[in-house]
Amino acid sequence: MPQNLWIIPALPFIGFLINGIFGRKLPKAVINAIAVGSVVLSFAWVVKVFMTAGNLAATPVTEHYFTWIKSGEFQVGWDFTVDKLTMIMLFIVTGIGSLIHIYAMGYMAHEEGYYRFFAYLNLFMFFMLNLVLAANYLILFVGWEGVGLCSYLLIGFYFVKKSATTAGNKAFIVNRIGDFGFSLAMFLIVINFGTLNFTQVFSAAPGKPTETLTAIALLLLVGACGKSAQIPLYVWLPDAMEGPTPVSALIHAATMVTAGVYMCTRSAAIFTHAPAAMETVALIGLATAVFAATIGLAQNDIKKVFAYSTVSQLGYMFLGVGVGAFSAGIWHLMTHAFFKALLFLGAGSVIHACHGEQDMRHMGGLKKYAPWTCITLACASLAISGFPFTSGYFSKDAILGAAYAHAPWMYWVGVITAGMTAFYVWRAFWMTFWGDYKGHGHPHESPPSMLAPLVVLAILSIGGGFFFNVPEILKDMFPLAEGGGDEFTLTAISVAFGLAGIALSYYMYVMNKELPGRIATSLGGIYTMVYNKYFVDEIYDATIVNPIIGGSRDVLWHGADQGLIDGIVNGVGSQSKGIGEWLRLLQSGSIRSYATWIVLGSVALLLAMGLASGVVR
Amino acid sequence: MGSLPEGMNNLGATLNAGVPISWYLILSAILFTLGVAGFIFRRNIITVFMCIELMLNAVNLSFVAFANQHKQVSGHIFTFFVMVVAAAEAAVGLAIILTVFKNRDTLNIDEINSLKN
Repeated sequence: MPQNLWIIPALPFIGFLINGIFGRKLPKAVINAIAVGSVVLSFAWVVKVFMTAGNLAATPVTEHYFTWIKSGEFQVGWDFTVDKLTMIMLFIVTGIGSLIHIYAMGYMAHEEGYYRFFAYLNLFMFFMLNLVLAANYLILFVGWEGVGLCSYLLIGFYFVKKSATTAGNKAFIVNRIGDFGFSLAMFLIVINFGTLNFTQVFSAAPGKPTETLTAIALLLLVGACGKSAQIPLYVWLPDAMEGPTPVSALIHAATMVTAGVYMCTRSAAIFTHAPAAMETVALIGLATAVFAATIGLAQNDIKKVFAYSTVSQLGYMFLGVGVGAFSAGIWHLMTHAFFKALLFLGAGSVIHACHGEQDMRHMGGLKKYAPWTCITLACASLAISGFPFTSGYFSKDAILGAAYAHAPWMYWVGVITAGMTAFYVWRAFWMTFWGDYKGHGHPHESPPSMLAPLVVLAILSIGGGFFFNVPEILKDMFPLAEGGGDEFTLTAISVAFGLAGIALSYYMYVMNKELPGRIATSLGGIYTMVYNKYFVDEIYDATIVNPIIGGSRDVLWHGADQGLIDGIVNGVGSQSKGIGEWLRLLQSGSIRSYATWIVLGSVALLLAMGLASGVVR
Repeated sequence: MGSLPEGMNNLGATLNAGVPISWYLILSAILFTLGVAGFIFRRNIITVFMCIELMLNAVNLSFVAFANQHKQVSGHIFTFFVMVVAAAEAAVGLAIILTVFKNRDTLNIDEINSLKN
């Protein structure tokens, strides 16, 4: 029975077309109905597919719509496929997408360009669903590029703000580097496999030489690093917080940035046969997790804290993928989507409550004014800290357990990161909700359309890991990793680190408020370095950005363009002008002089003809 | 030229025999040059106009002379066309000259330049 998978991305696309073209003239209620309705219907269709598709593990649903590229033996079709991995991603994307759309109705209610926002958001849903439904690398790449475009558009949504447009450009340009790697990987796949179809590539992968697979996997990893904000390409994600908060929640926390993890997991057949690449994935993930977590310790902008937290948690997912626990990575992807979307939406609610203030030093005491936000954010913070039996606890321990089996030192670094994660998230929580209100105006609770998604996400953050045991669901695709060492001890240690982080943050930011300042001054240089994000942006500026800008300006612009090309063009122009200046004198406007010229000309012509024919000698 | 009357035929023959074509052409050239010179050097618009007519008729003379020389009727036909055009031109031209004189009180061609600049 055909499942008509195309309907899933088509619905948001129709929403995009209607709101994008006619949105300016439509009333808000209609825009809301179209934007939210299309995504909710898409979610409903996902549920319908899930109910009727039968055993996805044995028979993934694949649908072929048309042949896109046909060149000799090589064929790329517009194919969608649904297996269990896709199903999980579809539920995350459409489910959380629906919640965030509902939230955005309230959050964006008073913004300029309301229809534009929802048109972009729907377009994003279209491309993201395309990405997860793709049955070959090229269709995946279409979605991959499309979500990048929407990310750019939505980061720069407040385009009158210089910082927003710059952040949008930065995200787009940094992602180009990653996409370059991804393209090269696809070229290598085409050369070596002769096809881009997942099924054919993955069934042929075990027979290929390890070097080829390693090269492909590393290039795919470059793409994933760009999209999923891993070292060294993570720099765009913190700046991406210039976008509206629902965008940060949907694109830059729950869905788009996890595309890299999804792609690596999808390509598991390639990665598992390239151990060196797997090791690289694990190392990059671990390094990113620690690095971003330390930066998160010292940030004061509430969204920046969560942005670095996202980078750090994505590092965890890559660690999971790198140590071979693909299903654990996807599990963490899912739980992270729950609690990080909630953290961002909660942060949005807090910002809303504080009249646009984002600096946590000007918040505080909000638990009185915004109790629902406070409770839901507490759920998310517990989940991300790995508090026992919350969603983050299950997925994080699955990753850490696999990391221990792979290399115990990775486990220890991961556990320390977990402690830091708990610390900075709860630091943000205490600074926002405890103490006295230090901001301006009168804080207020958000409207119900914003609170309802928060409550749903809070339930998912707490129970999501327990109800949806992803490794169990995916065990046909990715065999369950056998635990190394004493699982109970490992879990206990990581939980202890998480609780210690919470306790320490409570001690430092509630009980003993002078302590953080004293620590900061005593650390001096280290604190300055962390506070300024290790000056990575400045280093990139000095080593890469400025040389390129300088070279472009001095050599290409001033030298090649202005000097050479403009020189030639202007030279031709001014020469023509000079000749014209001289020829202009002929056209005096006096008939008599024209007549004289005609006479002289005819005489000359006659003479010439005579000379030529020999009549005149 | 059998269609011409007997007398005319004789006259043609006499002319043919007596006057070489180069004389006609030289005369035509002299008339044309006079016309050109007049066109270029005279100021009076009526004189200029007459010089144009002179040039046309100098050409007509060449046409007729060649037509006679080569016993071809097309030369005559050209001449008639030129005369028709010249007549029309004279009618229009003189009308323009009259109007110009009425409006500007001058026939000096150098002063009738209000279209320039």
